[in-house]
Amino acid sequence: MSSIIRKDPRKNWILRNRLHPLHQQMLVAEGAGNNAVVRGPSGLIRKNPHNIGFIGPNGIKRIDRLGGSGTVVAAGQRGEAVDTRLPLVQISNPESWIVVVPDLAGGRLTSHDRDVLGQARQLAAANPACAVVALVFGDLSENLADDSNGLALAGVDRLLHFSGDDWNGYCPEQELAAMLAVHRQLLPQHWLFPDTHLSGNDRALRLATRLEERPAMHAWQIRDGRVTCRAGSERNDVTRSLPKVVALLAECAMPVDDSRHEVLPMALPELPGVLARIQDAGAVAVDPNQIAMAEAGFILSAGNGIHDWEQFHEAARVLGATEGASRVAVDDGFMPRFRQVGATGTWVTARVYVAVGISGAVQHLQGIGACEKVIAINTDAGCDMVKRADLSVIGDSQEILAALIEQVKALRQPAASEGGRHHVA
Amino acid sequence: MSLDKSLKVRVLVSVGQHPKSGRERRADQDSRALELALGMPGFSVGLLHAGSESPALREYLGMGVKAIDVLKQPSSADVVPALVQALRNDSPDLVLCGTRAETGEASGMTPYRVANALGWPLVPAVVSISRGSDGTYEVLQALPRGQRRLLKVRTPFVATVDPAAAEARQSAFGPAQRGQLQAVAVASVADPAANDLEFSPARKRPKRIAAARKATTAAERFKAATVKSASKGGQVLVKETAAEKASAILNLLVAEGVIAVDSPS
Ligand SMILES: Cc1cc2nc3c(=O)[nH]c(=O)nc-3n(C[C@H](O)[C@H](O)[C@H](O)COP(=O)(O)OP(=O)(O)OC[C@H]3O[C@@H](n4cnc5c(N)ncnc54)[C@H](O)[C@@H]3O)c2cc1C
Repeated sequence: MSSIIRKDPRKNWILRNRLHPLHQQMLVAEGAGNNAVVRGPSGLIRKNPHNIGFIGPNGIKRIDRLGGSGTVVAAGQRGEAVDTRLPLVQISNPESWIVVVPDLAGGRLTSHDRDVLGQARQLAAANPACAVVALVFGDLSENLADDSNGLALAGVDRLLHFSGDDWNGYCPEQELAAMLAVHRQLLPQHWLFPDTHLSGNDRALRLATRLEERPAMHAWQIRDGRVTCRAGSERNDVTRSLPKVVALLAECAMPVDDSRHEVLPMALPELPGVLARIQDAGAVAVDPNQIAMAEAGFILSAGNGIHDWEQFHEAARVLGATEGASRVAVDDGFMPRFRQVGATGTWVTARVYVAVGISGAVQHLQGIGACEKVIAINTDAGCDMVKRADLSVIGDSQEILAALIEQVKALRQPAASEGGRHHVA
Repeated sequence: MSLDKSLKVRVLVSVGQHPKSGRERRADQDSRALELALGMPGFSVGLLHAGSESPALREYLGMGVKAIDVLKQPSSADVVPALVQALRNDSPDLVLCGTRAETGEASGMTPYRVANALGWPLVPAVVSISRGSDGTYEVLQALPRGQRRLLKVRTPFVATVDPAAAEARQSAFGPAQRGQLQAVAVASVADPAANDLEFSPARKRPKRIAAARKATTAAERFKAATVKSASKGGQVLVKETAAEKASAILNLLVAEGVIAVDSPS
């Protein structure tokens, strides 16, 4: 057969003439759906302007010029399909290693951990046989190790997991012994830590001391084999060649978001017996109202919808929450000024923020932007706080707080007889 | 509790700088360490500085200490060997330091290296130290979010003091002038690795723009940069009884781990 495109003038004529009685049939016969190729009389591909767009719900033709990036089109599909669609990266015989020790606060990957793992992946990309190992101490929350979740999507090729009761408390000496054993076994190129108070920072310094390395602490950029760190008082940057041990600040690199990794568990090295000279005697109960608002992890906040203030204070005490307030509650004199949350008060970072009788004015919502979980108790189901909240209960604050106090007390009953908590400033 | 002999605590102090003006001053964390030491009954407090006799050191004297031992070191020296030498001669029961210096590289390695060289345990982020009943010391450690943890350690040990520890008292001018900077001549060890360090004024860190990398169209990039993550709209309970609503809240609080159920202390 020749490759010359034969034209059928009659067919073309009908296809061009939308008013021809056979036009629709001919379109279907030609398979000319919206995006099918239509050739003009000279064999050139023609664009049919009448085929662009689609008929909207009320019969009017709409043209979407967003290139498919509109909210409705994009949202649904992507979120769910991510796991299965991301390509799996496999490194079968790693020759070199980069070890990351994530914090895993509460057994979950923090965004800081993801950034550090992202940085590790960037470093590992230079060598296709370089694997990223996550060294994890303590228990993981469920399904973090599962391959389509958490660690796999964060870029972990191999997992070294020391778990069990021995590893859950504060055991820096034991962790150091484990890190040294891993170091001897793998001789990794780099050790990366999130530079966080007491976890990453402490581990990095202990390891570097024992390896007699000069670590790069407070590092925020790694580029061309050099690392830039924030020096003292945040006034200077120090740039130096990339050492073995690096503790990275948050947002040092983009987290991995376009691949999936294996998270193969590795055999744990033999650990020498460690004499623990620092004994962990457990957490100490802290008076929640002594914790600075900006630091507090759990805030019970009161607004104009509180009428029984005694009850509110009791609720905060029973729940063990730090108290907060909206501006109205402060202006009306029910709460001190330093308890005000919001644009002109404190910007809080609580993990859980309970807003009782707060309408959710923008100035207030700004202040709780960094909160993870927001719970609203309000009489008005349409208020902005309910839109922001992860859980909203609609009803009178007094009744709900009373029920909550009762239930928490019931939950704590067996322990209540053991005597008072001891408070620390 | 009566103490037969006086215990010795040594505080390692450095010269700090004001974060805005850069003027020399006492380092904030080191002065908190000194404050902690001064507040420990039964301890005699001594100060140790390795470097030059900077006038800023007098601010520590103004907190109520008679003298500082200054181990004379050139600015290019590694101060750890000198400190370790001095501490070995002195054999204190406890060494306190700040977590991080205010000048130079400020990696926070000094306390760790000192502890390692002395073979003592290092306890980081301490806010208070008190004597326990069984000869150990009860050390309160600052955790994130204002939480505290109790540790038990035997002396001798090295501790770094957390910025959350009690603020240092004011420095009084008169005592600061009367106090002594006692120069001690010690050998110094050069720090060749410091030559690799390149100092420059701190650059502003770039702000991260959410998900900009994935965006293919201008509209997407614009949206990623401007739109706040739209609230998905959480669960709303309207018809349930007050008790059911309260238990829904309680379940979430327990799931988030902010309410301790089984182990109240
Ligand atoms: C320049 C400026 C700065 C500001 N800065 C701040 C700031 O930093 N922080 C801040 O908070 N505000 C700030 N505001 C004020 C802000 O605009 C709002 O006025 C304020 O946040 C409203 O407080 P509220 O939600 O407690 O009160 P309201 O808006 O009166 O809301 C009360 C809510 O309680 C509910 N309610 C009533 N009775 C009950 C009941 N029995 N049980 C349950 N719910 C009930 C109502 O449905 C309502 O939603 C600022 C305003 C300005 C102009």
